[in-house]
Amino acid sequence: MSAAAPLRIHGAALERGGRELWSGLDLEVEPGELVAVLGPSGSGKTTLLRAILGLERLSAGSIEALGEPVRRAGNRHIGYIPQQRPLPRETPLRGRDIVGLGVDGHRLGLPLSRKKDRARIDDLLEAVGATAFGDRPVGLLSGGEQQRLRVGQALADNPALLLCDEPLTSLDLANQQAVVRLIDRHRRERDAAVLLVTHDINPVLTRVDRILYIANGRFTLGTPDEVLTTETLTALYGAPVYVVRAGGQLIVVGAPDADEAHHHHHDEDHA
Amino acid sequence: MNWSDVGNALFGGVSQYGAILELVQNSVYAGAILGLVGGLIGVFVMQRDMAFAVHGISELSFAGAAVALLIGVDVVSGSIVGSLIAAALIGVLGARARDRNSIIGVLMPFGLGVGILALSLYNGRSATRFSLLTGQIVSVQSGQLGWLVAIGAVVLVALLLIWRPLRFDSLDPQSAAARGVNTTAVSLVFMLLLGLIVAVAVHIIGALLVMALLVTPAAAAMRVASGPLSVPVLAALFGFVSAVGGVLLAVAGTLPVSPYITSISFLIYLVCRVIGARRDRTTRAA
Repeated sequence: MSAAAPLRIHGAALERGGRELWSGLDLEVEPGELVAVLGPSGSGKTTLLRAILGLERLSAGSIEALGEPVRRAGNRHIGYIPQQRPLPRETPLRGRDIVGLGVDGHRLGLPLSRKKDRARIDDLLEAVGATAFGDRPVGLLSGGEQQRLRVGQALADNPALLLCDEPLTSLDLANQQAVVRLIDRHRRERDAAVLLVTHDINPVLTRVDRILYIANGRFTLGTPDEVLTTETLTALYGAPVYVVRAGGQLIVVGAPDADEAHHHHHDEDHA
Repeated sequence: MNWSDVGNALFGGVSQYGAILELVQNSVYAGAILGLVGGLIGVFVMQRDMAFAVHGISELSFAGAAVALLIGVDVVSGSIVGSLIAAALIGVLGARARDRNSIIGVLMPFGLGVGILALSLYNGRSATRFSLLTGQIVSVQSGQLGWLVAIGAVVLVALLLIWRPLRFDSLDPQSAAARGVNTTAVSLVFMLLLGLIVAVAVHIIGALLVMALLVTPAAAAMRVASGPLSVPVLAALFGFVSAVGGVLLAVAGTLPVSPYITSISFLIYLVCRVIGARRDRTTRAA
């Protein structure tokens, strides 16, 4: 228990269309801790992140983010990295503008750029290794390059709490590793708490402190060694599920979570 | 129809050009501001995939104007009321792209039908009737032109004030919401501004041709530029050149303004497409 925990969730329950997805969730994420959220489609992982951001209501319980109860919709002091979706080719923005949206995208008033903001954008571009393509049209950048820019956008306010919603989906292995390194470095340098929703634990497995596994209306919280075992997951799903380790990778076999279904689910979750 | 008729229609007014221009001064101002604002707002229309919505709003704006004409109230106010009703309906009921298109598809023929009914019952000058659909800025009274200019200016200022949140919301509504942008409010204000400028455009180029100033200039700009400043600036410039150029050419003859405006804006688009395609080829070859 720490008063300084950037994220404290107490007795949280979530309903969707009159059906309870889960209830009684308690979770505290300490500074510098990386917690991965796993679970099949429709288990309310994305909704949990949106509830922390104030964009969705819990059916019961409370959330405290960065020391304050969640009340208003959206929170600029929380970093948020969404799933990689290719930006339209003709998007009239350069790489640095994507990062810039994190710096001044919320501001009303005449869109004049300030010197201080430009300097901040330069720093962020450098931090995520995007300086080289910062001035190129964003629609022509690769998925990995676009995702680096989104990380830069999320880090604009040097957040003590970082929420990542499937940040690695549809990236190749090298880019997955690059994005994970960026997230991990921010966590260490800022001592930030990170909550990361993913359907594939492998890219982050070596860096994860704890795992919240949601399935079947229940959940398990613990270290990877505690949660990712055949026994734990079989008990959680109420069906035989096998955890296989091979070549430093970890594969969950038998869990009812098809990859294709997952992508659809993600879109619907936001609708 | 012979060639001298054509010549007369095109250039009959050249000898008294200066005098005519003085008479239509306010039309030039109205065209200028509509061109600028249409180009700017068009960038967001493209990014938010709302070209069809523009068309839908303009048909209801036409209906509002036609009903106003029939019952003898101010036509500009009528078009604004129609526009805003359409914008609000599309904004509230059509938050999702798929819903939006079906809402528009339902509203559009209804709007046109109401408008045509009102015009058939109307006994006044038939030129006024026709102009709501295909536009005739020169027939708009100067008091009303003042209103059109004022509305355009208000939309321009409001658009600049919400520029950054609107840009964020148009690109990535989820991240914008996560960072505290009130995306619902931004979307509704955008629809409101779009409704207002469509109402202005209905009087200048007509309900059927609104897209020539609200979509084409931005689409052209996006073919040749990609910067956050260059695209809106070019779009505004293209809109300005089309609208003002159209008015200036039209007063030299007896033809209506709209075909000039639509032709200029289409020509600009064609040129931009060619330039864009050529540039793509060289980048790929390089």
